[in-house]
Amino acid sequence: MADIENRLVVSTSPHIYAEEDISTIMWHVNLALIPAGIAGLIVFGYYCLFVIVISVGTAIITEAIIQVLRGQEVTISDGSAVVAGLLLAYVLPPTVPWYVPMVGAFFAIAIAKHTFGGLGNNIWNPALAARAFLQVAYPASINTGWKLAGGYGIGLLHNIRVDAVTTATPLFKEAGGSVYSYASLFFGNVGGCIGETSVFALLIGGIYLIYKGYVDWRVPAFFIGTVFVMVLVLPAKISTVWAKDPIYHILAGGLMIGAFFMATDMVTTPLTKKGLIAFAVGAGILTTLIRFYTGYPEGVCYAILLMNTATPLIDRWAKPRLYGTSFEKTYKRNEQG
Amino acid sequence: MLLQWSNKKRLKTFTGGICLAEDWKELSKDKPIEVAPLPDVASILMSQHVGAPCKPAVSKGDLVKKGQIVGRAQGYVSINAHASICGKVVDIQTKPNPITGARVTAVIIERQGEDVWADGTNETSNTDTLTPHEIKTRIEAAGIVGLGGATFPTHVKLSPPKDKPIDTVILNGAECEPYLTCDYRLMMEKPNELIQGLKFIMNSVGCKNAYIGIEANKPDAYELMKKASSGEPNISIEMLEVKYPQGAEHQLIKALLGREFRPTQLPMEVGCIVHNVGTILAVYEAVKFKRPLVERVISITGNGVQKPMNLLVRIGSPVKPLLERAGMLPEANKVIFGGPMMGIAQENTDEAVVLKGTSGILVLKDARVWASRQCIRCGRCILACPYGLNPSELSIMGEAKAFDASMQANILECKECGCCSFVCPSRRPIVHLIKFTKSELAKRKASALSGAVKQG
Repeated sequence: MADIENRLVVSTSPHIYAEEDISTIMWHVNLALIPAGIAGLIVFGYYCLFVIVISVGTAIITEAIIQVLRGQEVTISDGSAVVAGLLLAYVLPPTVPWYVPMVGAFFAIAIAKHTFGGLGNNIWNPALAARAFLQVAYPASINTGWKLAGGYGIGLLHNIRVDAVTTATPLFKEAGGSVYSYASLFFGNVGGCIGETSVFALLIGGIYLIYKGYVDWRVPAFFIGTVFVMVLVLPAKISTVWAKDPIYHILAGGLMIGAFFMATDMVTTPLTKKGLIAFAVGAGILTTLIRFYTGYPEGVCYAILLMNTATPLIDRWAKPRLYGTSFEKTYKRNEQG
Repeated sequence: MLLQWSNKKRLKTFTGGICLAEDWKELSKDKPIEVAPLPDVASILMSQHVGAPCKPAVSKGDLVKKGQIVGRAQGYVSINAHASICGKVVDIQTKPNPITGARVTAVIIERQGEDVWADGTNETSNTDTLTPHEIKTRIEAAGIVGLGGATFPTHVKLSPPKDKPIDTVILNGAECEPYLTCDYRLMMEKPNELIQGLKFIMNSVGCKNAYIGIEANKPDAYELMKKASSGEPNISIEMLEVKYPQGAEHQLIKALLGREFRPTQLPMEVGCIVHNVGTILAVYEAVKFKRPLVERVISITGNGVQKPMNLLVRIGSPVKPLLERAGMLPEANKVIFGGPMMGIAQENTDEAVVLKGTSGILVLKDARVWASRQCIRCGRCILACPYGLNPSELSIMGEAKAFDASMQANILECKECGCCSFVCPSRRPIVHLIKFTKSELAKRKASALSGAVKQG
């Protein structure tokens, strides 16, 4: 018996845990991102796969090296580096040179994530921070490398890097910006970034995450809803046909991937439901402001990054209510008679 | 499916908390209560309750009988301790309290002679004419505390200040801790006695209404209790959603009556008293038969024992023979006093004895300590916290030893129910860090007080 006693494990309660841990959540997010990647491949061709592999691979290798350098346990198997790499590849144009996703993924993991302390401590969404960095570092590749959609099935047959035809994105603001039909936008048969092209594919993944409880439905709902309302309410300073068309604004560009996969990143968004709603509304307002009043075609990336910055502030405001302190709900003895 | 959903909707409950996929109650739920053999030695701890410890009322060499007072209450929030077996006081020494870990004075009784009640106890009397005061006196004399684990002296609960009258008594049959089945077995085996006990409590505080709350995973207990209370128009019985911590006072009152009060406040703030099933049975025996609290039902369960069981054991029994009786496996590596959500893991089982507040002993094999990671700010702990705290923030403050900040963040309102740690995907020891912070705050307060005394 003596040796049995020596082996007793002592730890503080609780002694049982829910099965879900960080890996479960992250790998489910990866799973939910697969349809959008497939849509990108179909529309833009297999060079996209190359971009995705480079981005994800660099993210994983960078994370491992930095964790070794920091003397930490290497946690690449939890899938969080894969999420950052995937998301970064998805917000890049399909024609970027191979070194762009590589530099971007390195920036996402090394600078945006680990200089702040690694998973859980980063202020900005690593993929979006990297995208903003690439925007400045390689403006030519990011801003003009759009690929004309080959159409379903056709894209796969082409090697896009060689016969790349650049075209305007759906949100291109200059004269001559082409207007796509709602159906093209919904199914992704449009020019754009690898992962944001198909609203349909993003919805499949997003709804799956909401169903699994890894994403709070309030964030995409309030984000998209706010853009809808703001587009209707604000006077547009751009003179395209779709300027005042809220459905076009929702289906085009990075709003869907932003609302379902970026603004729902747990680390860089507020903790409480109330906070998440504030975050989503703020991101929606900023997105519309950027689309309407700046020279930049897409606002989602910077809108989310700016709201990431405001997250600690929102957390301070949107605290949970201590049980029993609400005036209406507290039992009032005098009224009980 | 739709029908199930609508049924679920109708069950009363509270907000927050956690729904467990499994409650492991089937291990021991169908095992009738067995009477454990009398222990050869019983150690009666002088501190088995919330409040001032007792002083030993016997000395080494004294002969004591079952139900005799061996520890006398000190102060208002305190309660007598009674001998649980007949025999000789062989020693008065310190023993570790399995819950607090502190060494406390204990009266050690070696069993001798026949198992008979002490004089003045175990007398049947007419209970119809008892005044509320007499009922309270008998409850106090019997040494009853909250047997669910909180161990607050029951007679103190029954004596609220004049400005806080009690309008509802609640019998807590939720038993929301996974694994434990002692309350369930009592409801199955002694429903009529429980209703009687509940009526004694109602009389003692002069209130007309009572509720019985039972979680929906115990439908047979619900039916039996419903039948037993059918002749009592003032006792309502309610089936509650299966959700932890449904049996905590705040959540139970919220579910049954919709009343809310702060975590640090007592149920009397909203005119309620909540009593656990075991306590109500002890009250019944104390009032009806003048029997002091010398025994209680515990569940010995978990995957670390061969024969999970419900046992009627004497207070102060050493747990080692009980674990052997249940067939503790050699590979079992965790012994927990209480349930898996709030129970206390034991370092060893050599000195541990059954206390008044021991509702079960959970033995687990394959227990491990999880490596914790950084908070990923998922917010699940906030959704799970039934008290509206921010456990994530509190745990980070605990790591940073930011004790003042955690005071600001209402750390003292935490009940340590464990929902936050349970759901944490980073496996953060949130409850551990909160307990640590609380103990540091208590130390600081104590040293500030003693400093003030020295200066004054």
